[in-house]
Amino acid sequence: MQQANIARPGSAEPWRDPEAEPYVRILNVTKRFGATVAVDDVSLDIYRGELFALLGGSGSGKTTLLRMLAGFERPDSGRILLDGQDVADVPPYERPVNMMFQSYALFPHMTVEQNIAFGLKMDGLPRAEIRDRVAAMLDLVQLKGFEKRRPHELSGGQRQRVALARSLVKQPKLLLLDEPLGALDKNLREQTQFELVSIQEKLGITFIMVTHDQEEAMTMATRLAVMNHGYLAQVGTPAEVYEYPQSRFVAEFLGTANVFEGLIRAEGPTGALIESTEFDAFFQSDTDPPKPEGARVFVAVRPEKMRIRRAEAGEMAGTNRLIGTVRDIAYYGDFFMFVVELPEGKSIRVSRPNLARLTELPITWDDRVAVEWEPFATVVLPE
Amino acid sequence: MRLRLPSGRTLVLALPFLWLGLFFLAPFLIVAKIALSEGALGIPPYAPLLRWTDEGVLTIVLNLGNLATLVSDSFYIEAYLRSLRVAAISGVLCLLIGYPMAYAIARAPEHRRNLLLMLVVLPFWTSFLLRVMAWIGLLADNGVVNNLLLGLGLVSQPVALLYTDFALYAGIVYCYLPFMVLPLYATLSKLDPVLLEAAADLGARPWRAFLTVTLPLSLPGIIAGFMLVFIPAVGEFVIPELLGGPGAQLIGRVLWTEFFQNRDWPMASALAVVLLLLLVLPIAWFQHVQGKGAR
Repeated sequence: MQQANIARPGSAEPWRDPEAEPYVRILNVTKRFGATVAVDDVSLDIYRGELFALLGGSGSGKTTLLRMLAGFERPDSGRILLDGQDVADVPPYERPVNMMFQSYALFPHMTVEQNIAFGLKMDGLPRAEIRDRVAAMLDLVQLKGFEKRRPHELSGGQRQRVALARSLVKQPKLLLLDEPLGALDKNLREQTQFELVSIQEKLGITFIMVTHDQEEAMTMATRLAVMNHGYLAQVGTPAEVYEYPQSRFVAEFLGTANVFEGLIRAEGPTGALIESTEFDAFFQSDTDPPKPEGARVFVAVRPEKMRIRRAEAGEMAGTNRLIGTVRDIAYYGDFFMFVVELPEGKSIRVSRPNLARLTELPITWDDRVAVEWEPFATVVLPE
Repeated sequence: MRLRLPSGRTLVLALPFLWLGLFFLAPFLIVAKIALSEGALGIPPYAPLLRWTDEGVLTIVLNLGNLATLVSDSFYIEAYLRSLRVAAISGVLCLLIGYPMAYAIARAPEHRRNLLLMLVVLPFWTSFLLRVMAWIGLLADNGVVNNLLLGLGLVSQPVALLYTDFALYAGIVYCYLPFMVLPLYATLSKLDPVLLEAAADLGARPWRAFLTVTLPLSLPGIIAGFMLVFIPAVGEFVIPELLGGPGAQLIGRVLWTEFFQNRDWPMASALAVVLLLLLVLPIAWFQHVQGKGAR
């Protein structure tokens, strides 16, 4: 899969600076609903100006964490600091935090203008200032001329932009976005991703976004946290988390990964050698293994880091090489995904960019193929 | 020429119109006709509109006297105004009591809502007349309320409750409250709670969120509920007759008197026609507002 983080020219990386003061601090926060632990002892630092993504499946606790930041839920234990202030007991209507809701939650009885002005009106700002700021917001989200429309007279993309304008107009210290692009169709989503990032950079407001869409998180976020069952599985920049997953869950959740089981056989300065316990093959990595020799580990290899070619007659599996039969080919236009069945019955996925302009593939169904990869592509994960 | 049979759709649509024509429009036209007739001694106690004169000419005799009396005699005008006032006050009282009820039901856990709604509707399982009679037993001088007050030593003499405006309003509000609660519940339960979260998020305290979001969005329910209470309450006869004092000369009672005691059918009919017109106007307005809301 193609992963391109939207370029952030000159963006600093405050999370690498031990001196930097975190803007939002989530400290050992736990939230239970009855017997289920929605958020389990989560600690997370987010820095000023970040576009941070909380990524996870449904029930991973990402939305609960966001709602605690907004003030709709109270943590059972732990603290939430915003710009140094403990906000645990601050009700939502007094927090310098605004939220863009998944369903947008636009007020159906108000016009676009009234929706955007709502927050400023609640603050009792003078009419003239409200008018100017609403106009500036309409300009920012390119909705000039739609002032008098009601939400039901707008398209999905327009509603999304009204929701964004309404949550930004108060210039919050922190903007929370709950699946901001979830309701948009694919093309609009891609375009809106860029718009959101450029608006965020223009205003310099810290964004925390919840999403289940890994592509969305990878392309937009400065950093992301993968959540699973209420805990943080991994936190890092999209590239760090994608290229260096620390667990099988993260490797499989972010992108696609072929996961094998094996035992560490040798470790040395050049990396680790792992013997497969599933079939007669070895995996060579160029990083030090997380466990001592003899330990059981997982090995993850991403489909796009594998090469596929026709196997030579009598060719056998070896180190970082597997032999199998093509069972399925998915044509995505920009790349192919081959499903290769190994003799032991396991299927792996191998992708191949569509470099040429072919309607007939050199490799086709039922071909015997060799799949190979470089040691750097072998990711060794603790069991 | 081909014979065109009405389609099934037309038939289905025609049925309610036929019903309304037969049982609403036709009786109304008869009542309107009587209203324009002159009273007469006989059966029926009014003169026909169409008459043959001795010369054999068909003449129509319209008597506008009854309508003129209605708008000129302060007795009738006051009865109308009193009816409208009582109905309006009842509507407001039902709203004040019904809104919190409907709100609480709409916010109750889902499995409990049906039970609560059933409790609201439960009184309908008993006869309307019986329920009004029961209030006599509650409010009479030797009724439940007075016995309780006397027993607790709060009063030394029975308090006059029955045959007062209090009893009148208690009866009307009690009987018509479900008509307020149900449409309010219908709109309030449709209200997405996330809108209130959005309001809070944008800085609205709970009370302001209610005023700026919940209240305007429940306006269709408020209007529907108010109309459902107001319209029948204007013409209400039983409750003022059984619970109200002698001063509660509402239009329903006046109509009854004209019809059954004075046997003045034309006058009673004129009263009914004007009452209907008084009610059709707010209904038409309500329909207009509903239509706008639905758009």
